[in-house]
Amino acid sequence: MKYTQGKFIITEKTAIAREIYSFTISCPDVAAVASPGQFVHIRANGFTLRRPISICGIDKEKGTLRIVFEVRGEGTAEIAKLNKGDLIDMLAPLGHGFTVDESYSKVILIGGGIGTPPMLPLAKIYGNKATVITGFRNASAVILQDDIKKTGAEAVLCTDDGSAGIHGFVTQPFTELAEKGGIDAVYACGPSPMLKAVSKLCIDKGIRCEISLEERMACGIGACLGCACRTKRSDEEYFAHVCKDGPVFKAEEVLW
Amino acid sequence: MADLSVNVCGVDFKNPIIPASGVFGYGREYEELFPLNKLGGIATKGTTLHLRTGNIAPRIAETPGGMLNSVGLQNPGIDHFIESELPYLMTKDLVVLANIAGSTPEECAEVAAKLESTDVHMIELNISCPNVKQGGAAFGTNCDMAAEVTRLVRKATTKPLVVKLSPNVTSITEIAKAVEAAGADAVSLINTLLGMRIDINTGRPVLHNNVGGMSGPAVFPIAVRMVWQVANAVKIPVIGMGGVSSGRDAIELMMAGASAVQVGAAIFTDPYAPVRIVEELNEFLDSKNIGSVNEIIGTVKPW
Repeated sequence: MKYTQGKFIITEKTAIAREIYSFTISCPDVAAVASPGQFVHIRANGFTLRRPISICGIDKEKGTLRIVFEVRGEGTAEIAKLNKGDLIDMLAPLGHGFTVDESYSKVILIGGGIGTPPMLPLAKIYGNKATVITGFRNASAVILQDDIKKTGAEAVLCTDDGSAGIHGFVTQPFTELAEKGGIDAVYACGPSPMLKAVSKLCIDKGIRCEISLEERMACGIGACLGCACRTKRSDEEYFAHVCKDGPVFKAEEVLW
Repeated sequence: MADLSVNVCGVDFKNPIIPASGVFGYGREYEELFPLNKLGGIATKGTTLHLRTGNIAPRIAETPGGMLNSVGLQNPGIDHFIESELPYLMTKDLVVLANIAGSTPEECAEVAAKLESTDVHMIELNISCPNVKQGGAAFGTNCDMAAEVTRLVRKATTKPLVVKLSPNVTSITEIAKAVEAAGADAVSLINTLLGMRIDINTGRPVLHNNVGGMSGPAVFPIAVRMVWQVANAVKIPVIGMGGVSSGRDAIELMMAGASAVQVGAAIFTDPYAPVRIVEELNEFLDSKNIGSVNEIIGTVKPW
């Protein structure tokens, strides 16, 4: 693990949905070592704790990272006040990301709401070998569909109220795809009930599955042991830490 | 460049800044960012006789000017510490304070005894963890029990013994005097203050443990007050901590009577905080033409 802390310039800021922002950040040293599934730990002015935000784009040539985050409380509201040209204080890149294997011929990426952004770097790698199933509350919360399509991946959109795409949860189209078989791996990030359902389905069908978890966090690097998560390793229960052992875990490791 | 070295009950520190127990693990994660030898010392993660898994998450909550934690002394146990963590730390040029805890006074003594054959520089006995149901704070909130656990650990070790005190008491000076009489070589304070947050949308406490220890800049004035009171009540040295986030804060705590200063939650905001605080301490002393940091310890002139 190689991470640094510093202040980096925001080169682009856009509001992509209500209370959801996209920042592009110039940080060549961080981008050079970042991988899909990792996160950045951002300082919010006036707050003791940093805010962990998953990486939504890695451009090693341009030396930039993209993050997409939702204003959830006072800390993220403070971060959202930053503008293009401002400096953002990051400790990054952190955590253990997704296992990527380019020999896979069919992968399913599942994003629930603000769990969608970390799926984009995977879609970029897998291109037309990937089907990206995303789910949102309603049409106004939908994000990143064009970005997903640009990667060559197939985009399957669901909304809870049916105001866009399929009326229902991501598990519906996923179950249908899983029945057809031929899936090499599943990657998912989103709310716990969704991750639990996806994990169960994959374990039952014997499909390789990795999920990205979220937990309240302090240090971000595995020192303070704040972000505990119950896991199982070689049949022994083990309190792992989302920041260092995760955020990405194998589905069968996590004890819900 | 001012002389930043201090001596706490016979142990030489190259500077008085020490990451506090619990925020810094055993140092490895922060060494990715800076060499550990820039620090005066390190107070290691509280270690018990056997492995402890700690509390169920969430263990962290934000508060105005600070945070709550309820980690619950998760640690790999003293044997693992001695075999796998301590040898690495002992190769670094800094003072290692092994922070220990236990559910009973006997367990604390047993942990201390295991460290006797190691080269660890000091033992910091935690009698004030607010996050464990047995032991922990229970020892630290009662003079007789604080004295009892100190006495047993004192018998088990020849290492300099620092006893870490709880602020969640009516009179911290009484506890400080009790552990001094029982053989402590120094005291460190303050541990976290017991606090609570509730998520008003769910009606549930934010922490799964319901309550947790509060730290961060918001508690700093309480730390200054308690360090000042204790420094005036005991003859043994005081290691101060509680909300320190700048060199100026460290100076203030030393003026109140601290011989060395631990840095906790500030590291979460700025991972370089302890290193920056050393630099700021030096800049302040130079700007006042003070030759040694020792010249400011306990120099507050009360009204």
